[in-house]
Amino acid sequence: MSSILDSRSGRTNQIVNWFKFSSPATFYPLAGKLIPFFWVLAIIFGIAGLWISFFVAPVDAVQGQGYRIIFVHVPASWMSMFIYIMMAIWAGLGLVFNTRLSAMMAQALAPTGALMAFISLWTGAFWGKPMWGAWWVWDARLTSELILLFLYLGFMALQASIDDPRRADKAGAILALVGVVNVPVIYFSVKWWNTLHQGASVSINKSPSMAHTMLWGMLLVALCFWMYSIAIALMRVRTIILERESHSDWVRTLEGVK
Amino acid sequence: MSAFLAIIRRDLLLVMRRKSEVLTILFFFVIVTSLFPLGIGADTALLRKIAPGVIWVTALLSTMLGLQRLFATDFADGTLEQMALSPTPLALLVGGKIAAHWLVCGLPLALLAPVIGIQFDLDASTLGTVILTLLIGTPILSLIGAIGAALTLGVRGGGVLLSLLVLPLYIPVLIFGAGAVYAQSVGLDVGGHYSLLAALLVLALFFAPWATTAAVRIAIE
Repeated sequence: MSSILDSRSGRTNQIVNWFKFSSPATFYPLAGKLIPFFWVLAIIFGIAGLWISFFVAPVDAVQGQGYRIIFVHVPASWMSMFIYIMMAIWAGLGLVFNTRLSAMMAQALAPTGALMAFISLWTGAFWGKPMWGAWWVWDARLTSELILLFLYLGFMALQASIDDPRRADKAGAILALVGVVNVPVIYFSVKWWNTLHQGASVSINKSPSMAHTMLWGMLLVALCFWMYSIAIALMRVRTIILERESHSDWVRTLEGVK
Repeated sequence: MSAFLAIIRRDLLLVMRRKSEVLTILFFFVIVTSLFPLGIGADTALLRKIAPGVIWVTALLSTMLGLQRLFATDFADGTLEQMALSPTPLALLVGGKIAAHWLVCGLPLALLAPVIGIQFDLDASTLGTVILTLLIGTPILSLIGAIGAALTLGVRGGGVLLSLLVLPLYIPVLIFGAGAVYAQSVGLDVGGHYSLLAALLVLALFFAPWATTAAVRIAIE
């Protein structure tokens, strides 16, 4: 089985070199080399972002010091939506092209996405208590972010309960693609409904409605979360590769696994 | 088209041969909605306020009960495999099964709801909204639910997993359905709710049979 697949990936290799890394056997060492690089970036961006957000960014005129939770809250919300889209894209690629690695990437991203959605809701609650006087309100954006968390949990539960990994990948892919409808709903919810949650502070087509240092702090923390997500997803995908390919020859000859 | 109708006829016939399954679902709907006044107290103003939510949430749970047997028996005895092999497009046959599920688990709820509504002291115009929103909303529940039912075919702990997958996707229907009834009961404009529900129905009609077919193919492969 594995030898047939290996020879097939070998043939694609000669046509387009880029697809070389779509094979778990070649991707595994590449991911191993990339992980430290992304960890270093995550730490650098994290320190710079937190330094700006705690010591450089001015105190907000309306919300005082309490607003500083935005530097964790907004990046986590962005990442929760972005990771879901990436997960759906990987899952869709796996479904269409029947590539093993894409499905593994989708599976590796799900727990990080769920963590980001959870952080977003949790920090939102901490921010909501002093500003709105309530830990939770049933507002469109909060509700749709909560649905996003449920979608991540459903995706993981579905994958965990199907024994055959190939079937689990495909079933999960369909669920991920169905759930992708929710992402634009979260993003535009503050525009579509009159909500308690404040509108977007940063958008692509207009200048941000906040001080530049605040924006920089937020962007740096977002980059830190982004790099962290890549690093942790690569670590997880390496574990998944080892688990699924444990029967193959290349894993058996791997240093440190023998 | 004849295959579509034949599937509906067959599924309805199967249901008629074993009425208890469907009646259980309807009784569940009636009993759970009747529990709320007993648990919360019979204050009519309060009941009128919670009626839209109670009726809609119970409708969601009732359709969920019927979903488990949407594909399970056909999957177990190999009928689903034969359907996939037949020259008729599988999406059409799956569509027929979804339509039959709605006729059995969705339509009766819409017809029963006014009786429940009277228990909750809703006035005539609000009862009309209850029926109309359920008529637009329950097909969406059947369509979305079919995706979950096909995904969890032959999976360990399928029933609980099904609710975990499907209920989050039901939330928009619940919000707009119950929202329309509430808006009507306090005299606000309900047009927007109807438009959004109908838009959800059109989207679900377009995508859900396709996604369900893909999920069925994964399950039987």
